[in-house]
Amino acid sequence: MRTELDFSSILPYVDVLLAGLWLTIQLTLASTALGILLGIAGAAGRTCRYRWVNKLTGAYVEAIRNTPFLIQLFFIYFGVSSVGVRLSATEAALLALTINLGAYATEIIRAGIEAIHKGQVEAAQSLGLSPFQTFRHVIILPALEKVYPALTSQCIIVMLGSAVVSQISVEELTFAANFIQSRSFRGFEVYLVITLAYLALSISMRQIFKIAGRYAFPNHRLRRDG
Amino acid sequence: MTEFTDWEIFRNLIMAARWTIVLSLIAFLSGGTVGLLVMILRTSGLVLARWLAWAYIELFQGTPLLMQLFLAFFGLGLIGFEVSAWSAAVVALTLFTSAFLAEIWRGCVQAIPSGQWEAANSLGMGFLQTLRYVIAPQAIRIAIPPTVGFSVQVVKGTALTSIIGFVELTKAGTMLNNATFKPFTVFAMAAVIYFAICYPLSVYARHMERKLNVANNA
Repeated sequence: MRTELDFSSILPYVDVLLAGLWLTIQLTLASTALGILLGIAGAAGRTCRYRWVNKLTGAYVEAIRNTPFLIQLFFIYFGVSSVGVRLSATEAALLALTINLGAYATEIIRAGIEAIHKGQVEAAQSLGLSPFQTFRHVIILPALEKVYPALTSQCIIVMLGSAVVSQISVEELTFAANFIQSRSFRGFEVYLVITLAYLALSISMRQIFKIAGRYAFPNHRLRRDG
Repeated sequence: MTEFTDWEIFRNLIMAARWTIVLSLIAFLSGGTVGLLVMILRTSGLVLARWLAWAYIELFQGTPLLMQLFLAFFGLGLIGFEVSAWSAAVVALTLFTSAFLAEIWRGCVQAIPSGQWEAANSLGMGFLQTLRYVIAPQAIRIAIPPTVGFSVQVVKGTALTSIIGFVELTKAGTMLNNATFKPFTVFAMAAVIYFAICYPLSVYARHMERKLNVANNA
């Protein structure tokens, strides 16, 4: 039985670790931006007048929310490429992360839209704004602001979930951990360090979202809430 | 290459799905028990206990479940336990589930007006007595929808145990894919089975939530 911890054997692999960390950050940034955009589109679809659009986005949300991300990832990477569309592992990972966040963001933003006072929409209509203009100028910003904390949490969950894409050999942080573990045989130490890196990422993401929120919604409740 | 008919693939997946369900149930029950303890510490008057519970929740909510699985896998060996994919999966899922349930239930406990605590205190009831006889009966009612909703996350979380070699639905899927080279069929079927497990839970959670809202607004 080995009880002493030895972190020094990780040191030669610091560059591998940093490269992985950088790819995780890039994947997170891209999937957060694209996923929120997809979520806004989805929420527009979910609250729109046409029933079939409504049903279709509803089916998308339910399908994603009730299946594991790992299965979605395998389906996209192995399944879709088997029917002719060639995706690199990183592209497949980004696609899967975006589609996943998109579904959750749709549901979160929809809740925000439904919390907008009906009078606001009616006022916009009576001023002659088109449905798109109403959505763009009256609905979406206050809706996003209402659900901003929930959206923040969901983006962090997606960042943590991105650990799974190491399984299709995307060389991000977890992949780096597996690589170092297979070389140094210091499994616990390696995963402990990487786990703390993820913890640091999620804590800093929360802070960044908080600061970004202050700029995105300058004159509203967020300031009062903290 | 082995020949599998679609029906055989489906049957094998269903057989493996039993382990997904068993693991989910164990994780949920043990996670609920630990989660209850963490929640009690988190809402107690002791500063140190509150701080420890907070750190516990932050740690397991702020790190990937996959890392927790790896740490359990390598950590259990380090402290001298015999490691199987099964024990590592149970330990990691328990920690993960308990952190989330503790936080969900804390919200439910704190949603009960503080006047109730004060009233119970003035009747001479202690912390645990108040929790048990005054707060719990009310908090459980509002806790049911989010708890059932979270159970979906537990079921989905068990998919990750395939990565440390536990043979459940997802692992069976990857094994069948390796044998048949029909990823589209295999993973679509696995997704359908997961959906069949999770969707009823989601619908039930939403239904309970709506019922609760109606009851509160009436």
